Amino acid sequence: MIAVVDYKAGNLTSVMKSLRAVGADPTSTDDPATVLRSDKIILPGVGHFAATKFLEDRGLKAAIQERIAAGTPFLGICVGLQWLFAGSTEALETPGLAAFPETCARFTPGKKVPHVGWNSLSILPESRLFSGIGNNSFVYFTHSYRAPIANATIAVTEYGEPFTAAVERGNIMGVQFHPEKSGATGLQVLSNFLEWKPC
Amino acid sequence: MLTKRIIACLDVRAGRVVKGVQFVDIVDAGDPAELAARHAAAGADEIVFLDITATHESRGTLVDAVKRAAQQLFVPFTVGGGIRTADEAAAIFDAGADKISINSAALARPELIGEIGAKFGAQAVVVAIDARRSDSSGPADTAEVFVAGGRRPTGRRAVEWAREAEARGAGEVLLTSMDADGTRAGFDCELTAAVSEAVQIPVIASGGAGNAQHFTQVFREGKADAALAASIFHFGIADVRSLKEELRRDGIPVRLPC
Repeated sequence: MIAVVDYKAGNLTSVMKSLRAVGADPTSTDDPATVLRSDKIILPGVGHFAATKFLEDRGLKAAIQERIAAGTPFLGICVGLQWLFAGSTEALETPGLAAFPETCARFTPGKKVPHVGWNSLSILPESRLFSGIGNNSFVYFTHSYRAPIANATIAVTEYGEPFTAAVERGNIMGVQFHPEKSGATGLQVLSNFLEWKPC
Repeated sequence: MLTKRIIACLDVRAGRVVKGVQFVDIVDAGDPAELAARHAAAGADEIVFLDITATHESRGTLVDAVKRAAQQLFVPFTVGGGIRTADEAAAIFDAGADKISINSAALARPELIGEIGAKFGAQAVVVAIDARRSDSSGPADTAEVFVAGGRRPTGRRAVEWAREAEARGAGEVLLTSMDADGTRAGFDCELTAAVSEAVQIPVIASGGAGNAQHFTQVFREGKADAALAASIFHFGIADVRSLKEELRRDGIPVRLPC
């Protein structure tokens, strides 16, 4: 069962729809018990980092932690990627999952924020999430905060400064862009995640 | 590199895409879901639905059209026209829109920008501004904002209203030059630049698109982050892909292949 975690941030409609478009039958849930029974977990999200407090309050964070430790593939989207880090300067009182030690921060001044639109990806060749996707492919972003380059960074995008467009480490993956809004490239990313099997 | 966005706009009335020709006749340009999918396949970076009737009775029809179009769209999708409350916006988001565009209602009650933003995020709120210069050669930074489909002047300057919209949490500004709209003689680059330089959020230029050169001008001189056009795409006068190929030859960063 593919669990799409509903934490009342933005709308899930488009993520659910794009997962169905690549042949999946996802379940949206805000119930930790359902997350604990899942074989794959997707954490979508647009909006404010503080919205992730819901995950902690509802016991979803603990459930996700338990599944990740058990090897369940996890994909965070947008704020869902940022949540994999220690936290964000957008809401310092709300810690992230801290799978990666860095902290997300606002884009440095001197350009338009939010970063909105189609930008290109520099992809490391060993990536599984981007298997079959050409280097410099375009995907759709909309965000004001970004994760710095980390050890787990698998794709980098430039917007005045390089930032993390995607991470992969073991069964933990995340993308800053919106695969559900990135045309055929985005659907391929989702498909790669769904087909990926823990070894 | 962040590319310049080409946005295809569909004017929807009673569930059909329509287009006024020389401001009089309304020509039926087709089914909104079908046209949205066709533009996306041709490389449009975004799709906008503008409900030009925006009456209470047409609400249900619009929500239906949004729902059908969203089923087959995997690019960003904005819906505007007559949205007055956060609840009305919520119904449009539920139907599958990624962003909503508000115009008259935001001027009447600017708090609406923050209310929708608080629930759906700033990135989901586009403030649409229809502006006209006092006369077509008047200074761009004094262009006045009009509401009610361009029929009623507000006494407010476009530049100043754009700043307020940003301060209240708008994610983007969709700026239509009423002087240029429908002329196919080019965007109002001066007006676009005046607004774009006044705010930190992206500005979408609209009104006046007739050929590829106009897009190049509004990206260069107008400092636009995105440009929107409707009629030139509908009847195959310029498809998005050939437009983008021309822009790339001009050195404008665009999403290609798409």
